[in-house]
Amino acid sequence: MGSKGNTHLRLEPISNPTLARTILPPLIALGSTVVIASLLAMIAGANPFSVLGLIVKGAFGSKFAALETLNRATPLIFTGLSVAVAFRAKLWNIGAEAQLYAGAVVTVILGTGALTLPSIALVPFIAACAMIAGAVVLLIPTILKTRFGVDEVVTTLLFNFIFLLFVSMLLEGPLKDPMGMGWPKSARLIPEARLPRILPGLRLHWGFALAILAAIAVWIIQKRTTLGYEMQAVGLNPEAARFAGIPVRAALIKTALLSGGLAALAGFSEVAGLKGSLTLDLSPGFGYTGIIVAMLALLNPLAVIAAALFVAGIFVGADSMSRAAGVPTYLADIMLATALLLMVLAILLTRFRIRRE
Amino acid sequence: MQSNDKAQVVLRLNAITKTFGKLTANDAVSFSLHKGEVIALLGENGAGKTTLMNILFGQYTADSGTVEVFGRPLPPGNPRAALNAGVGMVHQHFTLADNMTVLENIVLGTQPLWRPGFDRTGARARIEKLSADFRLRVDPDARVGTLAVGERQRVEILKALYRDARILILDEPTAVLTPQETDDLFHTLRKAVDLGLSIVFISHKLHEVMAISDRVLILRHGKLVSQVETDQTDRKTLAALMVGAEVEAPKVDPVTPGPALLKLDNVGTPDQGSAPGLKSVTLALRAGQIIGLAGVSGNGQTALAAVIGGLTRPASGKLELDGETPQGWSPIHAVHSGIARIPEDRHKIGTIADFDLTENAILECYQDQPFSKRGWMNWGRARDFTRRIIDTYDVRCPGPSTRIRLLSGGNMQKLILGRVLEPEPRIILANQPVRGLDIGAVTYVQNQLLKARARGAAVLLISEDLDEIMALSDVIHVISEGRLSPGFPRGTMTPAELGVWMAGDGFEGEHSLAS
Repeated sequence: MGSKGNTHLRLEPISNPTLARTILPPLIALGSTVVIASLLAMIAGANPFSVLGLIVKGAFGSKFAALETLNRATPLIFTGLSVAVAFRAKLWNIGAEAQLYAGAVVTVILGTGALTLPSIALVPFIAACAMIAGAVVLLIPTILKTRFGVDEVVTTLLFNFIFLLFVSMLLEGPLKDPMGMGWPKSARLIPEARLPRILPGLRLHWGFALAILAAIAVWIIQKRTTLGYEMQAVGLNPEAARFAGIPVRAALIKTALLSGGLAALAGFSEVAGLKGSLTLDLSPGFGYTGIIVAMLALLNPLAVIAAALFVAGIFVGADSMSRAAGVPTYLADIMLATALLLMVLAILLTRFRIRRE
Repeated sequence: MQSNDKAQVVLRLNAITKTFGKLTANDAVSFSLHKGEVIALLGENGAGKTTLMNILFGQYTADSGTVEVFGRPLPPGNPRAALNAGVGMVHQHFTLADNMTVLENIVLGTQPLWRPGFDRTGARARIEKLSADFRLRVDPDARVGTLAVGERQRVEILKALYRDARILILDEPTAVLTPQETDDLFHTLRKAVDLGLSIVFISHKLHEVMAISDRVLILRHGKLVSQVETDQTDRKTLAALMVGAEVEAPKVDPVTPGPALLKLDNVGTPDQGSAPGLKSVTLALRAGQIIGLAGVSGNGQTALAAVIGGLTRPASGKLELDGETPQGWSPIHAVHSGIARIPEDRHKIGTIADFDLTENAILECYQDQPFSKRGWMNWGRARDFTRRIIDTYDVRCPGPSTRIRLLSGGNMQKLILGRVLEPEPRIILANQPVRGLDIGAVTYVQNQLLKARARGAAVLLISEDLDEIMALSDVIHVISEGRLSPGFPRGTMTPAELGVWMAGDGFEGEHSLAS
């Protein structure tokens, strides 16, 4: 109670942060992540330098490794963009996972022979339908939010589990591959529905190029269109936006459609570009990892590409490191979690200064 | 200790300096307060009064300088130490728990309320004695949420007295009171002085400072520029000291009012929690006329501004523009009908803090050409528009790409003025347009309103500052609990007469308030 020895820490907002203050904390966050990972590698009984070296080498050290990393980054770019778009408008979409599976389900329904069109027409048509499905999946929680004030964090998060069970039901029932020897797995896409490889012989499909284009498109929307302006205004201050006459609800709905559609493209590109069919383990949590990607990119759509490559590189590199050094791949999860936490702290430090009183 | 009671120094501030970034809020401020003395801390909004008191009360830590209470230094940054030393503060914004009773609010923090040992009877007796001694009438068992503003303030004062405060700091206590309630407060303060307390009274209202204080300290831009004995000075001198120049009331030329551009006919809106809605309000805004809306804050001003600004539709009655009921009514309808809306809260509602000046300048018109076409923004034209506002309205800033949060309140307000006045609006809704501005900006804003009136705009000026209302308005209406008084032409009412209406006592067939 008394006055002695009673120190308080207080956050004071910085009105005009310097360039160093904007850039340094995120870099320090990434540096600290590496240091913490090294400590863990040492605890696991390995040489930290060789572990880090192996991760980098495993992710980017060979043509095969680099292509693997790019493939792994592709869905993360889509889900990262999905989250970045939504979070910028303060629409807390935690449901990219469900939207991803919605895109994948539509891809399988339309791409396994139900439609026969030349590839040049079929692939874009499926992609568009997949986007619509993902958009609808996010639309429902968004309408619940704008109409009734239901917290979208809860609805989008819980919807992930519902949707995954729904997919499971489809794979045990209507979508089950009759030739699948009883495995819960869909039939394979017809060749016209597949995303081709960018270069023959290279294991990299057009989904990656589509992801890059999507990032550029999102960037242009944010910088150059009235929609981008509205989404940003609604995210920064919905009350002021409403006062000024910005259609706040409509802007949120449009944000949801775009965000859900982007996440669905991740499912589309995984099925049509990489796997060729749908199984329940299509996504090892790409929807959730998208949140990490978007946060590391500070919600900037172009930075999402870099962040997705970073995250994908750690996953791919950790796999190969684990085989070579005998350190468990969980190190990758720890590194990402650490990077995310430190980055959130770093963002705080770019905007506030800690005062001791 | 000195023999003369009156001369005993109870509080001494030594060279207090406090900066926030580049802004020096307090610059080596020193003064002392004697026992039984009332000093008024006078200064414009932003002069550093509240900062200084927050340092004294331990909510901020000064960069340098010390505070002594009864001759003992106060540890910096520790409100509890300040409380223990006998300093009580009544904040501008009350710090009461709405869902608890008056008694609980007063006792809260001094002893555990819900333990078996809590002596409720003793606490009640003590509160009742303080109420009687200081003439602070309030029901200890009433829930604070049901109390009127004036009563809540009495609870705040009781809270300080219950903690044995010997020094009371009141931060702008009259901002929320009617003239009559202000008189009651002054009675209480005189009682307190008789009982040996010392008071620091913060205000920017000159007549109150003249009425209550023994000594006036004038703060300007964080510096203590003058200290005068109240009986050796007058309002005009104080005003000059406060702003650093002689103030002139704005000149209002007579204008013959034109037709009614906007009319409210028996408009009602529902109450919003404790904020009253409108109770069949009838009002006409005429070309070339300034209508002043006087009233204690929280009496329906917000509801009226929301209806005219397009934020709410009348639940009953009707709104007419040029004699016709508009098809739809929303903020964008209001903007397109030529209504300039200067919002009450320029930080939270009028602007988006993290947007730059350009993005803020086009908030209401980004959908219109030339700022956008078929969904594509034309930022070049938007920046040209912003530069024009910056030049025409003298917005002091590094440029159109500056984040608006970095601007002072006055410059922010000038940008909003530019945004809404540049399209030459026919109707202007100015809600507290000069609150918190320095005198230069105040004069500027008021002259802009008068200019708009001269070219035939209809102006509705909502303000808590009766002096401002009386100086600018052609017709004054008073709003009280959502009811609107008849219009009083310029010069027909004294402040005291308006005060009767502000207290809700002028309305026919209504019971006057218990207080």
